[in-house]
Amino acid sequence: MSVIGKYFIFLGTLFGKGEKLSVYWRRLMEECVGIGVSSIFIVAIVSTFIGAVSCIQTAYNLVSPIIPISTVALIVRDMEILELAPTITCIVLAGKVGSNIASELGTMRITEQIDALEVMGINSSSYLVLPKIIAAMITFPMLVIFSAFLGILGGYLAGTLTGVITERDFLYGIRDSFVPYNIFFMCVKPFVFGFLIASISSFKGFFTSGGALEVGKASTDAVTNSCISILIADYLLAQLLL
Amino acid sequence: MIEVNNISKAFNGKEVLKGITSSFQKGETNLIIGGSGTGKSVLLKCMIGLVKPDQGNVLYNGRDFYNCDKETQQSIRREMGVLFQGGALFDSKTVEENVRFPLDMLTDQSIQEKQERVAFCLQRVGLEAAAKRMPSEISGGMKKRVGIARAIVMNPMYLFCDEPNSGLDPLTSVKIDELIKEITEEYQITTIIITHDMNSVMEIGQNIMFLYQGSKLWEGTNSNIISTDVPELKEFLFSNKLLREMER
Repeated sequence: MSVIGKYFIFLGTLFGKGEKLSVYWRRLMEECVGIGVSSIFIVAIVSTFIGAVSCIQTAYNLVSPIIPISTVALIVRDMEILELAPTITCIVLAGKVGSNIASELGTMRITEQIDALEVMGINSSSYLVLPKIIAAMITFPMLVIFSAFLGILGGYLAGTLTGVITERDFLYGIRDSFVPYNIFFMCVKPFVFGFLIASISSFKGFFTSGGALEVGKASTDAVTNSCISILIADYLLAQLLL
Repeated sequence: MIEVNNISKAFNGKEVLKGITSSFQKGETNLIIGGSGTGKSVLLKCMIGLVKPDQGNVLYNGRDFYNCDKETQQSIRREMGVLFQGGALFDSKTVEENVRFPLDMLTDQSIQEKQERVAFCLQRVGLEAAAKRMPSEISGGMKKRVGIARAIVMNPMYLFCDEPNSGLDPLTSVKIDELIKEITEEYQITTIIITHDMNSVMEIGQNIMFLYQGSKLWEGTNSNIISTDVPELKEFLFSNKLLREMER
């Protein structure tokens, strides 16, 4: 409980006395590149293959003659939009971005770089952490939209190239019974997950003490705690919004 | 002038500082010496506001750091320059950007003014040629000098150095000491140096405070430290066999 309390106090310090807006703007752009742009490659690889595999496996399970084959595309689309793109992508990002944030801040702490900021009279948590959280909340939804697109594209390529579904059936299936609200739901999830991943990882890194061993531990804890929080938040969001 | 009055600090019930009182004069290099674990760095952290003391206060030209409003505390912080043990340079920034950082964050100077100030500070520490290099590409001694340049870039009134010679060869150590002393006298800064380097003590120790197990045991200058009759200080000063024989 005390850790949770400390976490909320830490979040409160982010909104304490800050620096010039131009400083935050520059930091935000740096973080958007560091968190978002540098994650495009891994998101693209993971999403395309997950989409491809989900198409093949769905087709493998749908052997009933009374279910039209276009249902495969419908299932791939809804799986991608509702779960695979937002949740799996964010779990992958928790590993990549979360560990990066925790180890960066942990190293800054043990090498006294955070102390140097504080001595200068700079709100170190606000300067270092707030741009990371905002950047994650901005870039994660973009990455998830990108992921959903690539996932469906991966499904299309795998399905049509292997002959499990025709191009016509796939295109019919992904447009069949489309619920636009699901897109909104897909974008809300990474917005929340981005906040959780960036804030939890920052919290773990910011309060690291000791040496290299503790930085490694903070990084591992950041990923573990972020993943657990994503799964809990995923359930709560599904319960609340669907 | 900096005054510390009755500073005490304990961690998990273990008393690390026990009622330290002293004053540090402007334009002088003030040294805090003592063995490892005697509370030197904790005292420094109490003075610069990184660790809040359990008891006592720290006065900066009469302004009580721990009992003043946030604005005054902020303005005192901006009058401080701190050289950390490892330099504490920002890894993602070049040497030049590291030195310019406080100016970017805390002033509204034009780019031209900032560049001139950074160039002056780097030239002052003899590192103008390394301006574009990353901290990972420079030596330990150079990192310390960049740390000094960053510490003086805001024209501080108070300079704190945490073991500026640790990990350096004797020749580089002397150069760092000389640089700190020159800067202190040139800009009339109140400088406080944490060290256990005896060369520094003899070379630049205008005012020396000796800490032992969290207490101040002795205070004086480099000219009278050798003739001390405090057994703990003698043991610290003449720690190796050769020096003990010389003393005898």
